[in-house]
Amino acid sequence: MSKRSQNKSHIRAVLLALVAVPTLFAVCAALQMRIDADTLAMNQDKEELLLRSGPLLKKLSLGYESLLADIYWTRVVQYYGVRAHKPGATYEQLWPLLDITTTLDPNLMIAYRFGAVFLSEQPPGGPGRADLAVQLVQRGIAENPDEWRLYQDLGFLYSIHLKDYKKASEAYLEGSKNPNAQIWMKVMAARVAETGNELETSRLIWTGVYSSTKDEQVRRTALQHIHSLDATLGLKRLNESSEDYWRKFGRFPTSMQELRDAGLVGGTLQDPAGYPYVMGPNGVPQLDPKSPIQLESEQGSGKLR
Amino acid sequence: MANPAIEIERLTKDYPVGFWRKKMRRSLDHLSLQVEEGESFGFLGPNGAGKTTTMKLLMGLIFPTSGTARVRGRSINDVRMHREIGYMPEQPYFYDYLTARELLAYFARFFGFNAAERNERVARFLSLVGLAAAADVQLRKFSKGMLQRVGIAQAILHDPQVIFLDEPMSGLDPVGRREVRDIILDLKKQGRTIFFSTHILSDAEMLCDRVAVLLDGKLRGVGSPGEIVSMEVQGMEILFEVGKEQTLPANIAARAKNIGNRYRIEVAEQELYPVLEQLRGCEGRILSVAPLRPSLEDYFFNLVGRQKSQVPAAEVGVR
Amino acid sequence: MSVIPGVVAINTFREAVRDRVLYNLIFFALMMIGAAILVGQISIGIERMVIINLGLSAISIFGIIMAIFIGVGLVYKEMEKRTLYSLLSKPIRRWEFLVGKFAGLLLTLVVNTALMTLGLGAALYCVSRKFERADATILVAVYFILLELALVTALALFFSCFTSPMLSTLYTLGIYVAGVFAPGIQGISQFTSNWVLAVVTRFIYYLLPNFHNFGVIAAAAHGDAVPLVLIWHNTVYAALYVLLILVASAAVFSGRNLK
Repeated sequence: MSKRSQNKSHIRAVLLALVAVPTLFAVCAALQMRIDADTLAMNQDKEELLLRSGPLLKKLSLGYESLLADIYWTRVVQYYGVRAHKPGATYEQLWPLLDITTTLDPNLMIAYRFGAVFLSEQPPGGPGRADLAVQLVQRGIAENPDEWRLYQDLGFLYSIHLKDYKKASEAYLEGSKNPNAQIWMKVMAARVAETGNELETSRLIWTGVYSSTKDEQVRRTALQHIHSLDATLGLKRLNESSEDYWRKFGRFPTSMQELRDAGLVGGTLQDPAGYPYVMGPNGVPQLDPKSPIQLESEQGSGKLR
Repeated sequence: MANPAIEIERLTKDYPVGFWRKKMRRSLDHLSLQVEEGESFGFLGPNGAGKTTTMKLLMGLIFPTSGTARVRGRSINDVRMHREIGYMPEQPYFYDYLTARELLAYFARFFGFNAAERNERVARFLSLVGLAAAADVQLRKFSKGMLQRVGIAQAILHDPQVIFLDEPMSGLDPVGRREVRDIILDLKKQGRTIFFSTHILSDAEMLCDRVAVLLDGKLRGVGSPGEIVSMEVQGMEILFEVGKEQTLPANIAARAKNIGNRYRIEVAEQELYPVLEQLRGCEGRILSVAPLRPSLEDYFFNLVGRQKSQVPAAEVGVR
Repeated sequence: MSVIPGVVAINTFREAVRDRVLYNLIFFALMMIGAAILVGQISIGIERMVIINLGLSAISIFGIIMAIFIGVGLVYKEMEKRTLYSLLSKPIRRWEFLVGKFAGLLLTLVVNTALMTLGLGAALYCVSRKFERADATILVAVYFILLELALVTALALFFSCFTSPMLSTLYTLGIYVAGVFAPGIQGISQFTSNWVLAVVTRFIYYLLPNFHNFGVIAAAAHGDAVPLVLIWHNTVYAALYVLLILVASAAVFSGRNLK
């Protein structure tokens, strides 16, 4: 301002604004947090889709389909993110939203990949509908035959969730035919056919998912699964050591230290989250109760006891 | 000693000009002025002199760069000051979807009159300005002259002590002008202070106790109309006729100008009676004898002319 | 409390009522509600839901259009047309003028919304011949629409204090759309790994008026009750935010030199 204002009421109004406006913003922000909490608690799935039909929406969008697809895509992300891992969350609208998004823009790769991972996630991380995920990815493949990554997702779905190792292998193989595909696809095709039900194979697949995307949510979920598998593998090895101990000493070890003293294990005995493994009753190794890692409920071969 | 009705102290207003709004144009330069209660004060100047700027500053429509002003002892920043003043803007702009009656009633509400008083005042002032017949016509259908009258009515309907009028006569026909003049004289008789700006000098001469002359934002002179221009009589002017056969005396013939047999001559005051004698001698018919005094107009044009002559010759043609 | 804002408000209301363009808008809105009945016939079994959805959406959209359309001229028009010259010479403070204009437009919107809600009620009655208790949510939805309109009006008024109607419309509309997508912005903040972006979007999320809060049309269509505490919180939120905008408007307008 180049001149001093001689206007008293203006000065007063500006001073009032300088005080009141930030204060009110702060109060409104606090209120907003309360409202957000209330709304979430109130009713999670009344996210109503007025128009359910993708093709109809496409017609209505008057040439702006890809913009509309982007908008729906942000809804997908927000829809999932708001519910992710909250107890009692339901994901009824996830499939319809993804369906609409990919109908509006069949080339939106990120939607297929997101859907592959999260539609198949078991509750509370997702609706646990691997069948719908397969449907989604197959649509993606039909519309984008050149995208070999979709075959990777298909392989992922068949082996991890549907446990159909034959189909999984076929998917990896098909994808590997693409000249741009990584060698890794061929490797996976063989691997899954032979040892599809093993933990190490699952870990490889999840690692593949993790390294093939930049999406934060997908990476986070993949990492969770990898850690979970690592922990399971770690516990499995410790369990074998525990059995060795029993064979050697005729009783079960009562602590990790005993195993270490017996020379049966070495190195740091920590789960991927950094918490030490503990010895449970009957020599069954367990995770530290404080550890955030969730073991997969059904996983791999080899009973623990 | 009573407070002056209007006190203006070194009021200054700068406007930023130019594309980057960096340069300042000073439209009012340290104006200082006092108007006493009951005075009728004329504010004169050509267009662009700063008259309307001054009014807008006093009304709080724009804010001064520096300086202060007080009306009836209250600062112009004080909203209570507005209870005691009335203002008629230069161009009448009112809500054109309202009727005259509705507009006045609307404005009347700001002064806390009860409904009965409001209605009475509205009716009274509508008839004062001659709009009683058009009271319920929407303002968008009003002519400029009619809007001018509405402007006056809304300025005075709350009986303010100090009234500001910006070019009150503009846009009016001679009848309208006379009516406005009468209104102003009436207000003056009621002892109210009137501050009005105009560039019609004859109005100022007739209506004002004192005038101020503004030029390019600067005050050039304040005083009664008579003080501003010299009181000196600069001679006399005689208009006369002579018959066709008559010959004028040589000294008169040399100085008189004529159209047909109508003549005009300017003489010094002491020459008046001798010349009249001479004319009587040649049976001339005297049409009028009047003193020559410079008017406010002359003073004005002198001032403006002098200002203009300071402009370099090359720029004068660019207009 | 001064009565001056009320005086200005009534006059603003009067101006809106005499503005013929308004009637066209109301007519279109009522037509929308009529269309809702027709569409409802097509979707068997969910006629009520469709009527409520379309009807409330129409009321909301037309309310917003009106709020912006009139709001952006509230102060600007008076400055351009110089009607403020005579008005501000009266004993009125600048903030009283602003509050009055705001209240007047809000009053107009309330009246219009009420009329359209009656139309909606009539349409609903046509279809189902009775009202259910659950229909009370419709009234809550209308109330939330009014809260929305108050916010939009305040925004339009704010911009009207210093910029042209066209720009004011763009800014107000922009903020409104951003506010409707507020959860998306919050989503970005929660799911990005770029912490600068996360902080910035979080800040923006809380700064923007969150119009998504008021979106209970779906709930009304389902007949779900809205918890009282949410109604209360949203009312306070809207009121405080409106107050904030009005204070800012007063700060801007009280220093403004009129041309």
